[in-house]
Amino acid sequence: MSTPVKAPKPGPQAAKAQPARPKAPKPAPPIGASAAPVLTGAQALVRALEELEVEAVFGIPGGAILPAYDPLLDSQQVRHVLVRHEQGAGHAAQGYALATGKVGVCMATSGPGATNLVTPLADAHMDSVPIVAITGQVASSAIGTDAFQEADIVGITMPITKHSYLVRDGEDIPRVLAEAFHVAASGRPGPVLVDIPKDILAGTAPFVWPPKMDLPGYRPTTQPHGKQIREAAALIAEAKRPVLYVGGGVVKSGAHAELLALAELTGAPVVTTLMARGAFPDSHPQHLGMPGMHGTVPAVHALQKSDLLVALGARFDDRVTGKLATFAPEAKVVHVDIDPAEIGKNREADVPIVGDCKAAIAAMIEAYEDGGKERLKTWWETLDDLRGRYPLGYTDIDDGLPAPQYVIERLGQLAPDDTIWTTGVGQHQMWASQFVKYEKPGTFLNSGGLGTMGFAVPAAMGAKLGQMDRTVWAIDGDGCFQMTNQELATCAVEGIPIKVAVINNGNLGMVRQWQTLFYEQRYSNTNLSTHHSEGSPRVPDFVKLAEALGCVGLRADTVAEVDDVIKQANAIDDRPVVVDFTVGPDAMVWPMVPAGVSNDEILYARDVRPNFDDEGQI
Amino acid sequence: MSTHTLSVLVENKPGVLARVAALFSRRGFNIDSLAVGETEHPGVSRITIVVDVEAGSLEQVTKQLNKLIHVLKIVELEAGSSVQRELLLVKVRADAATRGQVIAAAELFKARSVDVTPDTVTFEVTGNSDKIEAFLEVLEPFGIKELVQSGTVALGRGAKSMASLSRYVSPNS
Repeated sequence: MSTPVKAPKPGPQAAKAQPARPKAPKPAPPIGASAAPVLTGAQALVRALEELEVEAVFGIPGGAILPAYDPLLDSQQVRHVLVRHEQGAGHAAQGYALATGKVGVCMATSGPGATNLVTPLADAHMDSVPIVAITGQVASSAIGTDAFQEADIVGITMPITKHSYLVRDGEDIPRVLAEAFHVAASGRPGPVLVDIPKDILAGTAPFVWPPKMDLPGYRPTTQPHGKQIREAAALIAEAKRPVLYVGGGVVKSGAHAELLALAELTGAPVVTTLMARGAFPDSHPQHLGMPGMHGTVPAVHALQKSDLLVALGARFDDRVTGKLATFAPEAKVVHVDIDPAEIGKNREADVPIVGDCKAAIAAMIEAYEDGGKERLKTWWETLDDLRGRYPLGYTDIDDGLPAPQYVIERLGQLAPDDTIWTTGVGQHQMWASQFVKYEKPGTFLNSGGLGTMGFAVPAAMGAKLGQMDRTVWAIDGDGCFQMTNQELATCAVEGIPIKVAVINNGNLGMVRQWQTLFYEQRYSNTNLSTHHSEGSPRVPDFVKLAEALGCVGLRADTVAEVDDVIKQANAIDDRPVVVDFTVGPDAMVWPMVPAGVSNDEILYARDVRPNFDDEGQI
Repeated sequence: MSTHTLSVLVENKPGVLARVAALFSRRGFNIDSLAVGETEHPGVSRITIVVDVEAGSLEQVTKQLNKLIHVLKIVELEAGSSVQRELLLVKVRADAATRGQVIAAAELFKARSVDVTPDTVTFEVTGNSDKIEAFLEVLEPFGIKELVQSGTVALGRGAKSMASLSRYVSPNS
């Protein structure tokens, strides 16, 4: 299997691929092909990025990738953003991709540069984000010798990339780049790594564009099967308790308009997972909110009691299903996903539909024959009753500090239209999902699958670069913020004016919440001392830190100050802004399904199980 | 749990075996045996994998394998409709007193002796895993000094082939 890549055999196609080779037979060289310029690998890389219409690359140079940075300096089209840590480059590429729908690009040198990309690659793999990571590698002759800054990054990232390349021949650079972008963006999107040894970057080869892609084993299915679509439509038409269970795939395929049409056509309730927030307007009366561990009571209950789940680009993640064996026990399942391996992985599907959500939902609308909305009356009565009794809300804890939920709610209410939100991971992420209202897809970017703390700031940087005329707010926690805030220096220097709201409760809040609930309030290693209350030293002082990083630093310690600082932050357009919101440490995320138990055990608040007793009619 | 034989056609590219093997371990599937070699087309290799899983898991592992970009086609070869063979080399204790018995036993299994010393005989035998197992049982009393076994290789019976490889092979690979 380790046969080295063979030199192309001469033949008509080979001649087309490398017309500049004098000895290759040229029965019919295409017109103009003989003019294929001979470029260094580095030049070929930059030219390929230009041909692929790349606008931005996030990265840091270093020894092995150094040749690539020379032609990059001359590119009129590709803007390189010099980040402060490679992890920031990866998350910025993700933020850019999620905000624009294009492929995000990051670049790093060999060894530690490349290994610093591991977390964003794993993150992009879990959340199906199309990014291409380009890494320098030690010279071909040094590979395998434990050379300085050598790491087997292709081997390291194999399980966390959709595909990866080690380029062994300079001639392959255009083809590999074209394939990498195609694989990253098509089918179920994901990260692709391209590792290029230094001698390949420095050596020369003819540059042929467009290259011929060679992917015989890659054929994603996008068109759904007609018979299964008809079966699905028939099941929806007769279901009495249907739910449209919407996942990130709907956002990725741009199927929000089709989803809205299907929902209104069928009258079925809709739930949107963490990855799908914004795919269906929060203001829509059929929207029950987010399902799962911190989902709304009506959304969780709707899935539990449903007789038909229509899963659209969702993957029955454990954070949605709770204990799988007791999840939605009475429901038949229609499962639409572009990745066949997701279908039947966690939950058996009665109607499996492999295909792109946009095409599949459009086909379902076409095939649907209304069975009369009367049959959903009892279902909606039950759900509306739950909505009335168990709305999302919070109780202010009497600690003299603003409630974190209040801060996030006000951020949402005062933000300009079309604001893009990013978050880190933890309590603030859940509150941002619950208390900011999303009306459009691609406005809530976060790390769902991998749960990467520190995602917010660099992802906001990438999103802002891709959408310069929109406001980008990063809602972050004091723990997350300390993992990646150095990218604020990048934002300040490169003119990327993002806004960061640090929901500062002085603690690793979600961990602390679990310690409160499940570890007898034994707070082991969750106090970060970023707070000013209880004699904490406020290290670091986020306002001073912001200023040191070239940003505006603001602070709100009281409820009265919250609106004012948000308005100040919204008014600043020329620099990044950080707002330190001092909030109490005792607020908790509710509702909650404790880990590993059935979704039937959802708690609306601490020790408060919703009263489902009057559900007898369903 | 039951044993399944998967025949996996892959592009002959560096690292493809690592990708396939890593996928099995990452998803928690155990490989019983694995054999790799080139096919009638040098651009394509065939990996024969014997895996011990439940039916549901087999579907999942096949789907995950299909997601690897270098995997071209996967077929499960049922024991009844395919020829499955392993190769065994075994070194058995055999002195002047026992050599005759050892060789007679080997003949029953159509094993060939490939190396002889005053104290040992080395045999080569092919067959399915049942035959190999039976042969080793027969040799056991004489004393097996060392042995090596290949993974199973398998081909479907009948005139049809698994795939026309030319459709997978681009002219410049």
